[in-house]
Amino acid sequence: MSLYKYSFWEVLMHSFSKEVWDQVIPALGETMYMVVISSVFVLLFGVILGLVVVLTGREGLFPCVPLHTVLGAVINCFRSLPQVIIIIVMLPVARLLLGQSYGSNACIISLIASCVPLFARLVESSLLEIDKGKIEAAKAMGSGNARILFRVMLPETLPSLIRSFTNAVVIVISMTALAGSFGAGGIGYIAVTFGYTRYQHDLLFATIIVLIIIVQAVQFCGDACSKMILKKRHLI
Amino acid sequence: MEEYFIEVKNLCKTFHNKKSSVQVLKGIDLEVKKGEIYGIVGFSGAGKSTLVRCINRLEEPDGGTVRIGDKTVTSLNKKELDLQRSKIGMIFQQFNLFDSMTVYENIAYPLKIKKWKKEDIRKRIDELLELVGLTDKKDAYPGQLSGGQKQRVGIARALANEPDVLLSDEATSALDPQTTISVLDLIKEINRKLGLTIILITHELEVIKYTCDQVAVMENGELLEKGSVREIFENPKCETARNFISVYNKLRASGWES
Ligand SMILES: Nc1ncnc2c1ncn2[C@@H]1O[C@H](COP(=O)(O)OP(=O)(O)OP(=O)(O)O)[C@@H](O)[C@H]1O
Ligand SMILES: [Mg+2]
Repeated sequence: MSLYKYSFWEVLMHSFSKEVWDQVIPALGETMYMVVISSVFVLLFGVILGLVVVLTGREGLFPCVPLHTVLGAVINCFRSLPQVIIIIVMLPVARLLLGQSYGSNACIISLIASCVPLFARLVESSLLEIDKGKIEAAKAMGSGNARILFRVMLPETLPSLIRSFTNAVVIVISMTALAGSFGAGGIGYIAVTFGYTRYQHDLLFATIIVLIIIVQAVQFCGDACSKMILKKRHLI
Repeated sequence: MEEYFIEVKNLCKTFHNKKSSVQVLKGIDLEVKKGEIYGIVGFSGAGKSTLVRCINRLEEPDGGTVRIGDKTVTSLNKKELDLQRSKIGMIFQQFNLFDSMTVYENIAYPLKIKKWKKEDIRKRIDELLELVGLTDKKDAYPGQLSGGQKQRVGIARALANEPDVLLSDEATSALDPQTTISVLDLIKEINRKLGLTIILITHELEVIKYTCDQVAVMENGELLEKGSVREIFENPKCETARNFISVYNKLRASGWES
């Protein structure tokens, strides 16, 4: 159903019909697959990269300014590329790693390349928020660096880290939709092929509704987790 | 046995900024006897915090030595330093409790570093909470405590490992007068009961007068005058000490101290 032939209401109503959802639901499955796998990698690598950047900083627990500077520069390089370009750049890399440059798994590689640096920066800023006095107090008690990291820095900044991760997941979702138009499949593919190329605006609407619901749900869960922890600690 | 328990000799520290460098400690000499409460008073920026932070090497001094007991703190390696630090308690103006831990877990932190057994930790913490009068707050989070209660937890945490020395950097400066008195009373009590040697930094002479045995007046990275609290109050030699005392007398005259 195209908006050029039918009224807005008719198209919107039709976007809830079974025939539309028969196409959207499998696509949703693909999207969720990409989002979940990518998010796991983004969480893992992003936290590690962000931690290394903070720890090697001048005031960090393991100062190593050259490494800090190089990592910062690499992150900035990735961050300065628009997502579309990262996807294109990563296609050959995906071919190298997976033997194919299309499909969900290839898309996951692009998502990781684009979102890990982003999340690493968010982790960095969360970790830098911690009151330096707490780290000093731990040092003054004779605490080793590993203990300071795992028992003080990470737990103290956990609510903020969760909020950062929520933001990262939302960006992963939007990027998955974008990657859809580069042969990754999923919701983004539906939106582009049917909504853009074939004027099937009912399908387009359905994908919009799905994306909004997913993002809301993710944001809600993230906020709830972080609030729950703050409440438990009586900080709000 | 040497006469002094803590001996600081010719301690120097310079901070280098991009453009300038400031010499914050200009050859500090300080001697503290075992079991003394030694006050260091000075205006903001005098270098008091830097001095105590050099004593447990939160700040690396550029020159000079610090000796505590039979250990020369300034020549310890990282591992020995961590060991020594567990024998030096420290409390802070901003308390620096861990918000992610309950009162119990906060106090357990230094004990877990030393790999105490769970059962021993529990016993020790009960003792400490009793000492600082917070038995009923064991499972509270710092977010639920008042400033005075937080500082009591800070003190309990600093004492957990049975240190020989307590460093206090403006521990009462964020507290109201009544709470200040009660925290100072607690510090005096632990000094008496445990024979702890205490170095107490403050910019309030009232605090010195109320708590300390000995005092040093600090300005511009130097200790201008050292002596017993009584000596300095009766016969201040340097201008800074006279300034402090006249401010103190004015406050008293206006009925500040109850
Ligand atoms: N990390 C640092 N880098 C550069 N300068 C510093 C640093 N720490 C302290 N200083 C400078 O050293 C001087 C003394 O600081 P310090 O904190 O020791 O003073 P203080 O006597 O404790 O003052 P206050 O009563 O305000 O706490 C100040 O001029 C301060 O600007
Ligand atoms: Mg200070």
